[in-house]
Amino acid sequence: METGSPKDTGITRDARAGDEPVWTALPPGLLRMRRLLLVVWLGLLTAGLGVLLGWLAGPGWAAFAALPLALMVWGWVMLGRNWRSWRYAERADDLLISRGVLWREETVVPYGRMQLVEVTSGPVERHFGLASVQLHTAAAATDATIPGLDPAEAERLRDRLTELGEARSAGL
Amino acid sequence: MTAPGVDGALREARPVPERRLHPVTPLRRAWAPVAVLIGWAVHDPDQAQRQLTRLTTTTLLIALAVLVPAAALYGFLTWWYTHFAVTDSELRIRTGLVFRRTAHIRLERIQAIDVTQPLLARVAGVAKLKLDVVGADKKDELAFLGAEEARALRAELLARAAGFAPETAHEVGEAPSRELLRVPPRVLAVSLVLTGATWGSLAAALVVPTVLWLVTQSAWTVLATAVPLVGAAGAASVGRFVTEYDWTVGESPDGLRLDHGLLDRAHETVPPGRVQTVRLVEPLLWRRRGWVRVELDVAGSSNSVLLPVAPREIAESVVARVLPGVTVPPREALARPPRRAGRCVPLWWRGHGLAVTDTVFAARSGLLSRSLALVPHAKVQSVRLTQGPWERRWDVADVHVDTGAGKTVSARLRDAGEAAELLRTQAERSRTGRRDARPDRWMA
Repeated sequence: METGSPKDTGITRDARAGDEPVWTALPPGLLRMRRLLLVVWLGLLTAGLGVLLGWLAGPGWAAFAALPLALMVWGWVMLGRNWRSWRYAERADDLLISRGVLWREETVVPYGRMQLVEVTSGPVERHFGLASVQLHTAAAATDATIPGLDPAEAERLRDRLTELGEARSAGL
Repeated sequence: MTAPGVDGALREARPVPERRLHPVTPLRRAWAPVAVLIGWAVHDPDQAQRQLTRLTTTTLLIALAVLVPAAALYGFLTWWYTHFAVTDSELRIRTGLVFRRTAHIRLERIQAIDVTQPLLARVAGVAKLKLDVVGADKKDELAFLGAEEARALRAELLARAAGFAPETAHEVGEAPSRELLRVPPRVLAVSLVLTGATWGSLAAALVVPTVLWLVTQSAWTVLATAVPLVGAAGAASVGRFVTEYDWTVGESPDGLRLDHGLLDRAHETVPPGRVQTVRLVEPLLWRRRGWVRVELDVAGSSNSVLLPVAPREIAESVVARVLPGVTVPPREALARPPRRAGRCVPLWWRGHGLAVTDTVFAARSGLLSRSLALVPHAKVQSVRLTQGPWERRWDVADVHVDTGAGKTVSARLRDAGEAAELLRTQAERSRTGRRDARPDRWMA
C-alpha cells in the first residue's frame, strides 16, 4: 500500500483509541476498474465524435474530438487522486473512514452504533472481483461506505464489524 | 384464534375480552362519501362544475338519499366489525369489512401513546388514541373511544408495557401528573407577533398576488398563488396560535405530558430517554424578553415542539427534565469560530458557536434567529468531519454529529486542528457516554 501512516508495516489491530490509527488503503482493483470504465466510455465518445465530425463538418472540426480525450487524461489523474484519498482504520472501538481530495470527509462510527453491515457487489464490480462494505446506523445521515474491497477482505470486515457491534451493542 | 397448539389452548383457557369502539364512531364514517365528493370538487373545479350543471335538484336529492344511508350502513358495519383487545403482551386490533386486517402490536414496541380530541369529538365526548410503534411508518389509531376510556386504556397499555402485572395493570390508572408550567395565551400571542416567519408569510400573501395581478391581470393565476400563500400565512399565525393555545407541560413518572390546543385538544407524552436532540430557538425579537422556543426530536415520533414559548430559565429547567443530567451551556460558554471563518461565511459566521460539556454536544447557528441544538453524547450515532477547498484555504472545517432521529447537528467553521481533535474526542465521548446513560425505562 502506498498511502497510510508510516507505521503501516507493523500492523497492530488492537491499537488504542488514543493512538495514531492504523490506516488501510484500498486495493488497486477499484482504481483499475474505474480507469478502465473511463477509458472505454470516453474512448468510444472520442471515436464516435471524431468520425461524426469528420464526416459531417470536415476533418478540421474533427479536432474537437480531442476534448473528450483531454477529459480522459484529467479524469485519469483525478481518479488516481481520489482513490489514494480513500482509507479506513479499524480502531479498538470505532471505524474510521477518510476520503476526498478537494472535499475531504472523515467519518467515525462507533461499533456499538452499527445496526447493519452490508456487503454489496454489482455486476461490474463482481467482474473485477470487488465488493463494497456499507455500514448503517440508526442515523440516515451516516454515510459510511468502503468501496472496492477484495471480497474476502469485505467479508472479513463484515464479520469483524458485526462481532464487535454485538459485543458493544447499544440502543438508539 | 389463529395460533394453534399449546399457545392456542392457553388462550382458549383464558379468553381475552374483546371490546368495541365508541358507538358514535359510525357517524364519522357516514360523511366520508360526501367528503370525498367535496374533495374531488375542490381538486378539479372545472370538471365538477360541468358535471353539476347536468344534475337537477331532484337527482341530487335522490343521490343524497341513497348515498348517506349507504355511508351510514358502511360506517355502522365497519364499527360493528372493529374489535380490539389487550392481552398480556399485545394490543390486537381486528378490523375490516371486506378486507380483514388484524394488527397485533407488541406492547414493548410502543414508543408513545397520544390521546387527541378533534373539535367534533370534543363535543361528543370521545377521543382518539394514537400509537407510535417502532419501525412502523404509519400510526395505528383507535378512533373513537370515550374520553375517560381512552385515558384509562392509555394508562393500562403503558402500565403493561412497563411490566406491571396484568392483573393490576388496569388498576394502576394514569400515572399522576404534576403541572410544571402553562403558557398564557397572551404570551403566546405576543410571541407570534414577534416572530419574523409570521410577518414574512403575511407579507408574501399580500405582495405576491398583488404583483402578479399587476403583471398578468389574470384572476386565475392570482387566485392559484394567493390561496396557498394565504393558507400558509394562516397556518403560520392563526394555525400556530390555535394548536399551541393553552400549552401545558406536566411531569409524570412516564414522561413529560403535553396538553395543548384550542379546538383540537392533544394529549401527548414525551418519554424520557428517547429524546435525540433538543433545540432552543431564539428569534431576534424574542431576545430582549429572554424567551425561547424548545423543539425536540424523538426517534419514531412526530412530536416536535416541547415549549412554544417560555423564559429561558424555565425552558432550561424543562430541558433538564427531558435530558436528565444535562445543563444548557450558557451563552458565554459557546466558543465562536476563529475570525478568518468570516472569509467562508461572511457575517453569519458570528452566529456559530460550540460548547461540549460532559453530557452534551451543543452547537449554535443562525445570526438573526439563533438556534442552539443539544445532543447528548449517548445519542450520537456517528461523527463526521468535512472540509471543502475554500474552507481548507482558511484552515477551518465542519464537524457533523448524526443522531437517530434522522437529524444532524453541525458545528461549522471550527479551526481545522480543533475540528480534528473534536472528531476524535467526540467519538470517544459518544462511545463512553452510552455506558453512563440511564436505561430507557418509562416507569422506574
